[in-house]
Amino acid sequence: MIERSPFFDFVSYAAMVIGLVLVLIPFWVVIVAGSQSLQEVARVPFSMLPSNHLMENIQAAWARADLGPKLINSFIVAAGVTIGKITLAAFSAFAIVFFNFRARMICFWAIFITLMLPLEVRIVPTYSIAANALLPFQVLLDTLGITWLVQSVSGVQIALNWNLLNSYTGLILPLIATATGTFLYRQFFMTIPDELVEASKMDGSGPMGFFWDVLIPLSRTNMLALATIMFVSSWNQYLWPLLVTTDRANFGTVVMQLKALIPAQNGTPDWNVTMAGALIIMLPPLLVVALMQRWFVRGLISRDK
Amino acid sequence: MTAITLKGVKKRYNKSLVVHGVDVEIEAGEFIVILGPSGCGKSTLLRMIAGLEEITDGEILIGDRVVNQLEPRERGCAMVFQNYALYPHMTVGKNIGYSLKVARVPKPERDARVMAVAKAVGLEALLDRRPGELSGGQRQRVAMARAMVREPKVFLFDEPFSNLDAKLRVAMRSEVRKLHRQLGVTSVFVTHDQTEAMTLADRLIIMNAGRVEQVGRPIEVYNNPSSRFVADFIGSPAMNLLEGEFDADGLFVHGTGGRIRVESLNGQRVPGRKIVLGVRPEAVRRSDANTAGAIPAVVDYVEELGASRLIHADANGSRLIALDTDTAEIASGTSVHLSLGQEALHVFSAEDGRRINPHA
Repeated sequence: MIERSPFFDFVSYAAMVIGLVLVLIPFWVVIVAGSQSLQEVARVPFSMLPSNHLMENIQAAWARADLGPKLINSFIVAAGVTIGKITLAAFSAFAIVFFNFRARMICFWAIFITLMLPLEVRIVPTYSIAANALLPFQVLLDTLGITWLVQSVSGVQIALNWNLLNSYTGLILPLIATATGTFLYRQFFMTIPDELVEASKMDGSGPMGFFWDVLIPLSRTNMLALATIMFVSSWNQYLWPLLVTTDRANFGTVVMQLKALIPAQNGTPDWNVTMAGALIIMLPPLLVVALMQRWFVRGLISRDK
Repeated sequence: MTAITLKGVKKRYNKSLVVHGVDVEIEAGEFIVILGPSGCGKSTLLRMIAGLEEITDGEILIGDRVVNQLEPRERGCAMVFQNYALYPHMTVGKNIGYSLKVARVPKPERDARVMAVAKAVGLEALLDRRPGELSGGQRQRVAMARAMVREPKVFLFDEPFSNLDAKLRVAMRSEVRKLHRQLGVTSVFVTHDQTEAMTLADRLIIMNAGRVEQVGRPIEVYNNPSSRFVADFIGSPAMNLLEGEFDADGLFVHGTGGRIRVESLNGQRVPGRKIVLGVRPEAVRRSDANTAGAIPAVVDYVEELGASRLIHADANGSRLIALDTDTAEIASGTSVHLSLGQEALHVFSAEDGRRINPHA
């Protein structure tokens, strides 16, 4: 719709400015508070102007929350989840779109339904799987009576156990299944003309050849868009890392460390350090979005063909 | 040089039979055009040869090998698609060379072969472009080069020119013909355009509703259509088809009582037998009332073509089109006499549309 009227121009600009301010105010507060001294941050009313203590606050936060190793952990986990998600989603969408097998629609709907089951809903079963990733097989063997059979014949008791708690595998693996990603890929794959598939068949390329040589290069913008969303969301994961890591010192992530930055009940109310820490922690996803923005928008909106 | 043999080839989608048992022998080095209206099963047949569709029943042999169970890559066919189907992210050179890359041809050899075919179709200056930067005609050339580079035993073309404009189509037609003469590779070309079919084909396969209606050289098919469908489908303007039956005198009666003598049907002019009489517009001539067998008619309207004109006339309730080359103009509403060349009469059964009179 093209509308030329000063009044509408004003209204739309006003709406955008209000929206922008609403989004930016919390950031501003974080930056301002992070740059103030303990006295300044405790003053009422709170001054909305930054001060000059940012570096010392950052140093204090870095030391208090042990941010160095924790940032590395966060990077490992976020990168692992992101790579796992885009890989798995690409393969599953490939199977759903290009292979005509009997259970194809069932598979698609099964994946689709998990969109409605976020991690928070299935946290308990997911945890019990993480505690022993081989549990489903154990249950299967038990119910089929194979455990009993093997035990009575050979005297060996089958007890499968693969503990994922307190490991990078445990932090990453349960998060890499993604219905959103699969769906995004599926929508893109469905726009690929059949003739392209057939041309590659005629050129002698097998399914995997087609996948690597044609599909993956064509879905590059898509992959980058997906990677952006997935990186941010897995960086911001709080509940799951909190649950599977009891060994905070070695496997804690930065988002979990936010808790360590909040002043204790009767301790010094040094919110300036807390805010400086928060600033560090939210910087990486911000940078990723800023750098990938061009691809992100292109991957989600238009398709360059 | 490889022959292709189709033996009782059928294709069924769910319950409906799309191709009803096709038996054709395509000779080595031949240029075969499969022609038919849309939905007649011609593309399906081509795709079965290529290996892109499963064969429900029957056998396809390429050379002396039954290929029913072979993957497309094992059949030695190359295909040119209607929408070119170029890989959008690859340069022209990579598009052409992709099949060689898949076949693990070493890079120096691959580059040399890509360059050679690119020269043959005049693409050598465009090897680093992407398909998106090319015109329709150039994309078509890339698609052809991609098929040629593999040195296949068989070329398959699936309506490759239908997205080109008329002028380019004519140019590409002669280029395809030239390439075929140079390479001598057995080619199967699917189209619904009869001009394309007539000019390209060594032999035509004409299909209708999943059946082969006629196989033959273009001129044979034109002069001796073996069914009413072929008579109607080939030729522009279309053949005149008059429905009617024989009377007690053995004369063919059509429309509201027009009578025509049909010579070539001795013994078959059974009174009451219903037939369809076909005559091409160029075999219908203006004559005077005294000419034997002349049919009186009234001119409905005239299409002036310059060198000739099409006279649309009403002869006793039947429509007749005559291709007239007489210098004298003729106005609508004039009464004329038209005579039909006896040697150019085609007689088809009214029941199944098959040809009754012997081929000329």
